[in-house]
Parts: sequence; structure tokens; C-alpha cells
Amino acid sequence: MSFAAIMGLIVTAILAENYIFSKFLGCCPFLGLSENPSNALGMGCAVTFVMTLSSLITSLINKFILVAFDLEYLQTVAFILVIASLVQLIEMFLKKMVPALYSALGIYLPLITTNCAILGAALLCVQEGYDPFTSAIYGFASGIGFTLAIVVFAGVREKVAFADIPKAFKGFPIALVTAGLLAMSFSGFSGITI
Amino acid sequence: MVDIKKMFKNGLITENPTFVQLLGMCPTLAITTEASNGVGMGVAVILVLMLSNFLISLMRKFIPSQVRIASYIVIISGVVTAIQLLIKAYVPALDKSLGLFIPLIVVNCIILARAEAFASKNGVLPSVLDGLFMGIGFTFALTILACIRELIGAGTLFGFDILNRFGYEPITFFVQPAGAFITLGVLVAAVTAIRQKAEAKKDKEVDDK
Repeated sequence: MSFAAIMGLIVTAILAENYIFSKFLGCCPFLGLSENPSNALGMGCAVTFVMTLSSLITSLINKFILVAFDLEYLQTVAFILVIASLVQLIEMFLKKMVPALYSALGIYLPLITTNCAILGAALLCVQEGYDPFTSAIYGFASGIGFTLAIVVFAGVREKVAFADIPKAFKGFPIALVTAGLLAMSFSGFSGITI
Repeated sequence: MVDIKKMFKNGLITENPTFVQLLGMCPTLAITTEASNGVGMGVAVILVLMLSNFLISLMRKFIPSQVRIASYIVIISGVVTAIQLLIKAYVPALDKSLGLFIPLIVVNCIILARAEAFASKNGVLPSVLDGLFMGIGFTFALTILACIRELIGAGTLFGFDILNRFGYEPITFFVQPAGAFITLGVLVAAVTAIRQKAEAKKDKEVDDK
């Protein structure tokens, strides 16, 4: 794959096809864990990290095991198992080798198993027929897009918390409306074709 | 004895997975551009919830509690794969319009939440019923949201022309991603307002006594 094609893939994954604002993947942590920007950044980093690795590993498994033995119908089961065990492995590895990063990511790591953005990225890579290297790049770029969205959103939410809004809108509903306004600004990128 | 009426009310209103528990937001926002998608997704989730609750409550005494989440995920992904193959074979149009979101039912928080909160502690029959009613609540929410978005955003309902024949100009904003967030936000606020009013009324009745 040429350099220009890879750059195009990265820009598209971060802006035009942002996981949250155009694909709606990973909305649960996006809406649940975005009360303050530093937590949001921690979650974003953890997701990017796992997404890059899991996209690479699932695409290798798909290529050399599932496709080779005609087992494509097991994709969902195989991928979710890979992701769950990968998250567990990363958790153990970080705890032992990089305790600083482990305590920074804290509770966000185990939550990632049920983040649909991770499984979504793995399935999309297979659907699009990316090779393992491209899958890893795609996973990384999508993770950056997720981080961008969640950090910006957390920053806005901090301000919204002090606004005087109708009682029924307090909390979750106003967060959804805020996300809608952000999604509008992101839809401006959707015209970009590279 | 299983209190079916209470469970039905819980799933549909008081503990509605979408409007009250705020679970499973990704499919709720993503596929509700057309009413028929909402119903299709809802039925798929009802089937998965009933089957996974059934299997998990059957095996709840054999699964060691340390590995329960992993075991639940394996059971759920097996059920989802079966449903996905069935949809592909019998309703290919639905498979096309829901796309990625069928395999993603595996990581839908509603399924795992009901497995952990209900099926792992209750018998087979109540678990299946819980899956059915929670699934109906989810379908109900999805269908309402999808109907509103399709009616305003495309002027149709379940693909039939409703408003366009009167010279209605569809507001496409509502079928775009941004419209999904805002419509759901307003709907959740409306449900919250109704609940607050009901609670205030109850408090007042207590005060009067």
C-alpha cells in the first residue's frame, strides 16, 4: 500500500468517519466516562492501545486460521475471545512491567472488552479485506479518532454542567444533545474524499 | 410465582433498558434511521436475550464465579452467531441494512447486564421471561425513536409515504448522525419529565394524607 493511501486511510478514520460521530461505535464509554477530560484521555489512550493490537492480531488470526480452514462463520466468537484474552494479557503485562501506565489506565482496561468499537474495528478490517499491517494502522487511527471525540466532548460537558437548563434535561439528555451538536461539526468532514 | 404483569411493566416502562437504564446506546443511535430497522434490530435482540438468558440460567450452577463473565461472553457470541446466520438466510434485506450491528449484539451491554443481574441468579422460566420483556422494552424504545426519525427525516413510515404526498419537505437532518443524538436526548428528557411529574404527584398524595 502506498504512503498516500495510508495517510488517506488515517485522515478518513480520524475525521470523516469518526467512530463516534459517524459510525456510532463505542458510545457507551463515550457517554458514560466523559465527565472530565483527564479520565476521557485515559480511556482514549487505553482504547487506542488495545484497538491497534487487537486489529493486528484478529486480522492475522482471520488470515492464517479462519480463512485457511474455512471457519469464517466463527469470526464473531473467535474475535471476542481474542479481544477478551488480549485485554487480560495487556493488563497483566502492564501491571508487572509498566506499573505507572497500569495505574494511569486503571479501571478503564477491563471495561474495554465490552467496548463495541474494538470488536467493530476488527470486523470492519475483515469486511474491507485489509492486510494485517493496514489493519493495525486502521485500528490505531480509529483509536485516535475516538480519543479526539471523547476528550473534546468531556471538555464541553464540563462547561455544560454549570449551565442553567430545564430539570428534565439534567445529566444524560443534555449530554446527548451536546453530542449531537458536536456530531454536526464533525459531519462537515464527511465531504472529504482522499 | 412469577409476577408477569410486574415484569412486563418493568421491562417496558420503569426499567426500560434504553430510556431509564441507558444501556445499548450504539445500536439505538446507529440503526434507527428507518422504523423497519428498529423493529428488526429489536426482534434480533429479543431472540438473543431470551436464548442467552435461558442458557445462562441453565448453567448458572456449573459456571465458577471467577470466569463467569468470560463464559457469558462465549455463550452470548455463540447465540448471536446462530441468529446472524438465520437472518442472513431468511431476511437478507435486514442483514444488509443492519450490517455490522448484528455481530455487535455480542457487546451490547443489555445482554451482558441481564445475564449478570438476572439470569445468573434466577431460574430458567423467570430468566426467559425477563429476556422477553427487557427485549420488548428495547424494541419499543427503538421503534419510537426510529418512527420519529423516519417520519420527520424522510416523510415515510415503515417505507410507506405518509407526509410527502402533502408536499412535505423532509428534514434530512433527522436521519443524519447528529439528528440521532438530539432526538434521543429530547426523548430521554421527555421520559424523565414524565417520571418526575409522577413522582411529584405521589409525594403530594403522601403529604395530603
